[in-house]
Amino acid sequence: MKRFCFFYYDKFFYIICCLFLTSNNTHLLAQDNLGGQVYEVAEDGKSYGLFGANVYWQDSNIGIFTDEDGGFEIDYESTTHKNLIISYVGFKTDTLSITSNKFIKHQLIADNNLDEIEISVKEKASKQSYLTPTNTIFVSSDELLKAACCNLSESFETNPSIDVNFADAISGTKQIKMLGLTSPYILVSTENVPSVRGASQAYGMSFIPGTWIESIQVTKGTGSVVNGYESIAGQINAELQKPSKDYSFFLNAFGSTAERFELNLHVNQKVSDKLDTGIYLHGNLLKTKHDVNKDGFMDMPNYNQINFLNRWEYKDLENGIIGFLNLRILNDNKLSGQTNFDPNNHKFSETYWGSEINTKRYEIASKLGYVNPFLPYQSLGVQLSFSSHQQDSCFGLRSFDILQNSLYANIIYNSIISDSRHKIKTGFTFSADSYNESVYDIVYDRDESAIGSFFEYNFDNLDNLNLTAGIRFDYHNLMGAFVTPRLHIRYTPWTKSSLKFAVGKGQRTANIFAENQKLFASNRSIEILNTNGKIYGLDHEVAWNYGVSFLQGFNLFNKKSDINIDYFITDFKNQVVVDYENPLLVRFYNLNGQSRANSFQFEFSQQTFKNFDLRLAYKYYEVTTDYLEGKKSMPLTPKHRFFANIGYELQSDLNDSEWKFDLTYNWNERQRLPNTSSSPDQFRQKEYAPSIGTMNFQVTKVFSKKFEIYFGGENITNVRQNNPIINAENPFDDYFDSTMIYGPIFGSMYYTGLRLKID
Amino acid sequence: MKYKLTLLGLLFSFFVVAQSKNQTAVIDVDGVCGMCKSRIEKACLQTKGVKLANWNVETHQLKLIFNNQKTDLDAIKSNIASVGHDTDNYKATEEAYMSVNMCCRYRDEKVVQEHK
Repeated sequence: MKRFCFFYYDKFFYIICCLFLTSNNTHLLAQDNLGGQVYEVAEDGKSYGLFGANVYWQDSNIGIFTDEDGGFEIDYESTTHKNLIISYVGFKTDTLSITSNKFIKHQLIADNNLDEIEISVKEKASKQSYLTPTNTIFVSSDELLKAACCNLSESFETNPSIDVNFADAISGTKQIKMLGLTSPYILVSTENVPSVRGASQAYGMSFIPGTWIESIQVTKGTGSVVNGYESIAGQINAELQKPSKDYSFFLNAFGSTAERFELNLHVNQKVSDKLDTGIYLHGNLLKTKHDVNKDGFMDMPNYNQINFLNRWEYKDLENGIIGFLNLRILNDNKLSGQTNFDPNNHKFSETYWGSEINTKRYEIASKLGYVNPFLPYQSLGVQLSFSSHQQDSCFGLRSFDILQNSLYANIIYNSIISDSRHKIKTGFTFSADSYNESVYDIVYDRDESAIGSFFEYNFDNLDNLNLTAGIRFDYHNLMGAFVTPRLHIRYTPWTKSSLKFAVGKGQRTANIFAENQKLFASNRSIEILNTNGKIYGLDHEVAWNYGVSFLQGFNLFNKKSDINIDYFITDFKNQVVVDYENPLLVRFYNLNGQSRANSFQFEFSQQTFKNFDLRLAYKYYEVTTDYLEGKKSMPLTPKHRFFANIGYELQSDLNDSEWKFDLTYNWNERQRLPNTSSSPDQFRQKEYAPSIGTMNFQVTKVFSKKFEIYFGGENITNVRQNNPIINAENPFDDYFDSTMIYGPIFGSMYYTGLRLKID
Repeated sequence: MKYKLTLLGLLFSFFVVAQSKNQTAVIDVDGVCGMCKSRIEKACLQTKGVKLANWNVETHQLKLIFNNQKTDLDAIKSNIASVGHDTDNYKATEEAYMSVNMCCRYRDEKVVQEHK
């Protein structure tokens, strides 16, 4: 029959062919019908007919689908039709030997192994997508294992798209930047629920332990409208470990030469077929006071943290229901300042300068998803989360306390218009935040609530064009009613390339004290110059972000290589300007004029030889703001940066043992320091801080799938900023300032750790 | 299980309304790689009435959801054959088959082996 294939060209030919066939094929005259039913036995013991199962004769073209009740009738000719094959996705395929024309009742057995097909292509630990319209970088858990990554804020040391600043001596927390802008302009979410915001803005990322993170998605630019209107420079979403996928037992211990100790423990348990639960415990401790530069101040705070998470995961794939419930408790205490400071005796006194930051956080988050099992493109998701974040702190004579209670609800409906090339997402968001804040004795209480709806349309021509257009309408009690449009386009001009455009708007209320807590570790007076706005007298921040990027994959000397170039502009319509340009003041005021961040990045990555990956990046930032005294570039933001990362894996053929080597080099050009020209000679700083290069490495020895140890070093060339604190001798006098951090304070640090995994 | 389904059906009644004229089908389509996948799915979705097409590279099974008032399996299969991919009862013409990329020539045993 194959020779008639040519004519199966369209319907017309098909009919002719059929007529031709029937008239010539004498066998078909003796044709009969074989009837039957295909069913499954569900968990309740009852049998249900399977709709849409494939029933066909072996070595023939005769086949049909079962009807709603699993019934079928198929052409039957006893001399040629011997073996009847019944198949259905998700079930084992059966072949029945048919000897006589009897009604067949056949049960199909579910094939549970379907999900376990492993694809063994080596994935890059971190990759840019050729397909998504947004400029998103996927960071897998492999990438996270390249460095100690004790928490989320430290997870980006090996990623050039995010800049990690040097930790200051008071908080010991590394701050991140994207597109040259600080973290308040990045929407940080855990499992798509905005989590690091408001009161937790400054330290929140250090409260998400590294081992809890399964993967991270980093989006440059405003990103999707689904998760809110707040993102301006980017979105970072951390997916947490899933109890059903994580190891049943996981232990990670870490210790460093700075006598920092960390312990992570995961215990996951299957409760029933559909229910899994996991307990994740993190503790860290640093008790030794270090003062390498002998300025009387600790180089990093003493701290201890207990972080507890209990997750419940419900999965009923047959009915398309997935649910998560998270309960989390955090207690974090930091102590820093002069080495002789004892909080019990010296707090709020002028004997010694010291700081205490105590944080408690409770969080309950739930997620429920329903996917229509018959129409998998239709789904409904509900996210509901509540958190209470309390920080009590003192910095010398100043106190800063903040309590934020926050409620967030999001409903997302996914479907298609006409066919799956046109996808839509629509839904509602509700959020409420109540802030109780006191700075010294001044109380700033504020309630924020917002309700909004969003609609996002995605078009994919399955070839070279993918477009996402989203719009939000929100009403916020302090910002009023506003519209947030965002557009992302991905176009593939030729193979292995991807050209992306993005434009979008974002806006937010600035929590000026919580976001700029480092200012308390100085004797600068705080001035808020505007009084008419609704947020500390200031207006809300509004910005537009425009971006273009080009990704091209190619073979260089037969090596798989990628080049990624991107350029982003963030243009503030209003910004709360944080002005450190007078050494005795920190001033906050509404932008009057222009504030812009231009960012350019060139990245080259290559698999130079087997198991050896090279990544190089050059970054250029031009962040300028119109300050009261005129246009200036953002202080402590180098214009030119260089990044290099090499990774090498040495695998043994015999067993699972492996060596992994990773080396990262970061170079920052000179950075502008805030203006100190009015300071007395001895406190006056140079206009620019020197350029700084740091190097980190890590070696991991994998003994088996169950056990591995690692050791590494941070800042191994022992680079240090010499005088990180200005006027450290007289911390209660004018000009005392620890905010000008442009380099490492402690010097090199080495660490070692182990990971134990039991399935 | 059935009552749970009914309950869900009531909750999301709009799903059910949409479902009445939607038909699900799983058919075998020959092909070898991701490029084939995109070609097959595109051919399906360009058939008016097809809502979802998902072809599995491993199993060669194509899952379809379509509005049975607007199209039928024969029309979809013939469209798949016309871009060069064989289904159980519609085979691609030599001309259509030769139009696919060299690396997608699934009738060639050598090409199939290369993708394994």
